[in-house]
Amino acid sequence: MAETVIKTDAVIIGAGPVGLFAVFELGLVDIKAHVVDILDRPGGQCTELYPEKPIYDIPGLTIVMGQELTDKLTDQIKPFGAEFHFNQRVETLERLDGGFRVTTDLGTTIEAKIVVIAAGGGSFTPKRPPLPRIEEYEGKSVFYSVRKMENFRGRDVLIVGGGDSALDWTLNLQPVAKSITLVHRRPDFRAAPASVQKMMTLVDSGDISFKLGQVTELHGEGGQLRSVTVKGADGTIFEQPTEIMMPFFGLTMKLGPVADWGIQLHENLVPVDTEKFETSEKGIFAIGDINTYPGKLKLILSGFHEAALMAQQAHKYVYPDKKLIFQYTTSSSSLQKKLGVR
Amino acid sequence: MARITYIQHDGTKHTVEAEPGMTVMEAAVKNSIPGIAAECGGACACATCHVYVDEAWREATGSPAQIEEDMLDFAFDVRSESRLSCQIKVTDALDGLVVRIPEKQI
Repeated sequence: MAETVIKTDAVIIGAGPVGLFAVFELGLVDIKAHVVDILDRPGGQCTELYPEKPIYDIPGLTIVMGQELTDKLTDQIKPFGAEFHFNQRVETLERLDGGFRVTTDLGTTIEAKIVVIAAGGGSFTPKRPPLPRIEEYEGKSVFYSVRKMENFRGRDVLIVGGGDSALDWTLNLQPVAKSITLVHRRPDFRAAPASVQKMMTLVDSGDISFKLGQVTELHGEGGQLRSVTVKGADGTIFEQPTEIMMPFFGLTMKLGPVADWGIQLHENLVPVDTEKFETSEKGIFAIGDINTYPGKLKLILSGFHEAALMAQQAHKYVYPDKKLIFQYTTSSSSLQKKLGVR
Repeated sequence: MARITYIQHDGTKHTVEAEPGMTVMEAAVKNSIPGIAAECGGACACATCHVYVDEAWREATGSPAQIEEDMLDFAFDVRSESRLSCQIKVTDALDGLVVRIPEKQI
């Protein structure tokens, strides 16, 4: 994967509504885009936080659900054939002669003439339960994801949570690990009923163990976990020996590596001008919730406007010799051709 | 109008006036009460507006719906009096409500 370098016009970081619409606005001015997102599907907060919640302030749509808006945008940008790289986070951004090279944590490397940061509230990262000294164990015996199943072979693993991630890893690691203990605060689970059923069967057959309660303390030395203290549902406190703990408390948004790219930041936001929505670095734009400027409102509709203006300046970088003539989709035959409606 | 008292983990009390119809989370955010993060803005999608409802107010505030109970899985130190404040609607009947803010929201 790491060997091939993708060459394109624009790389958009973030596939939320604003990142998606940026594909549209760039597409209208003949700029081809690749989109990277840490989630496994487009939509960003719209699909992660409120897929079934109504949004009332998208012009022309009296009411639209987060998922529905994402679906509509995905459909609207189809003619421009943007390529998506999901489940990965852009880690590094380097400057090249006349452009940029971004590399993700999965090793995808993209070279582009411009970069559009549409990362919203930042990248979704697993929540860290506020257990004392948990940082010392992270990466050694506390993990929030499984990169390699082999690392869990023959180990005692404690999984905390009741959602799909917790249940999926309980089931997937069971044949590999020496023992699996699932700890959840209540007997009900958010996870898919089929997974819960499978888990119950494994509990009944004695292949895994399930304990009701919440982890309150970690015990071990040098980052190596020995046991955890669990407060049971009935208030009883017990110690559960384990070598590995995997807590699944959902996702939160963190600015992440954007802070290391040499772009000026202000209180975890990226300052931009209101003409081009360009950052302190030429050729790097920031649109949507992640940017800041006098009067900024974190509204999807503001992000759409920002995408349109950004594309005008982006055109100057991608096609320095071409003059951009402003056209309407309603009347321009060339724009309609791009949209595939003519 | 309903008066709501928020008690921080360190015992500091803040009493605010809330209009019926808004949520206990919104009243906290509007009055800059520390400790209510409300990261998702009230969509019942994060669990960072977790509060403990005072014993005397448990019945009046009711019990969490399924979606809220699911989301409480993401909170820390969940107890039987745990609620997400974005899911408690202020009514005149809640005048005097007391909620405690946990040490940490995650």
